[in-house]
Amino acid sequence: MAKFRKKGGKKLPAVSTASLPDIVFMLLFFFMTATTMKEVTYQVKMTFPQATELTKLENKSLVKYIYIGEALDKKKHGVESCIQLNDQIVEGPKRVGPFINSERESMKEEDQPKMMVALKIDKNTKMGIVTDVKTELRNAQALRITYTALQKQNR
Amino acid sequence: MAKGKKREVEEVNASSTADIAFLLLVFFLVTTSMSTDLGLVRRLPPPAPKENTKTEIKERNMLVVLVNSKNQLMVREEAIPVSELKEKVKQFVSNPANDGNLAEKLPVKIDYLGGQVVLVPKNHVVSLQNDRGTSFEAYMEVQNEIVAAYNEMREECAQKYFKKKFSELSEEELEAAKKILPMNISEAEPKDYGGAK
Repeated sequence: MAKFRKKGGKKLPAVSTASLPDIVFMLLFFFMTATTMKEVTYQVKMTFPQATELTKLENKSLVKYIYIGEALDKKKHGVESCIQLNDQIVEGPKRVGPFINSERESMKEEDQPKMMVALKIDKNTKMGIVTDVKTELRNAQALRITYTALQKQNR
Repeated sequence: MAKGKKREVEEVNASSTADIAFLLLVFFLVTTSMSTDLGLVRRLPPPAPKENTKTEIKERNMLVVLVNSKNQLMVREEAIPVSELKEKVKQFVSNPANDGNLAEKLPVKIDYLGGQVVLVPKNHVVSLQNDRGTSFEAYMEVQNEIVAAYNEMREECAQKYFKKKFSELSEEELEAAKKILPMNISEAEPKDYGGAK
């Protein structure tokens, strides 16, 4: 007869976790390169309309954002559409002009004419407030704008 | 040493690097966003001059697109669905039959094509007017259709004159293409027609 094995003698060797850090680092680098920092936290509702003729925004440092939509905090700001600049909801479109000017001031001089304003507008917003903002932008000489939208799938 | 056997240097315990990397990973997952921004690029006109300078535009060169506060669309006094807008704009601008009611084409010498004279809808304007109560979604849809019409015509133009895709044109060719097919979308100040807001 063959020899009997001792019961519970040899333990199975533990699975080596030596390569785990490598795997995780790979994931880490993927996310570091593929993603960008969030600009701000939205304080207004953001659902974008869909469109087909879209271009990608390149060079994010040249893009300044203006957010328009219903405030998430309805108790404080009411149900009407509001304008958010940076991290704050501001009163009325009058504040857009000074905001754009100060943003432009903070840019490098050679980049200033290349500034682009991205209007992130909730799709249920009425055009009235959008037009007011556009008028302000025109007066502030910020003429390159883009309306943020989502790519429409198969039309 | 007293004993001949050399002692090996103990390995640094690396089991915690995984934890550290995980921590970093989670941090980046939380603070960053994947989305690349897409947008419809438009150019605003410079600020309106104080005194009203009216430029006379022939009626045949104007395509007035109206969007009312109920998001309905009207093109040249005729209500149409959004899906038909692109064709309407293309027909208006390209005007293949030289209809006296659509965009007027004028001969323009294009230097890039060796001074070739091309009939160009030089003075046409697509005028987009909306109400203050129009929803942004409807407005974007209309804008998108108009831009789509132009993009299609530009593609055709690039094929015809340069035998290339529009996106592959060089700087000078682009300049010439823009002369052959100018893109004139004007946005009038919105009117308050009243109605449901």
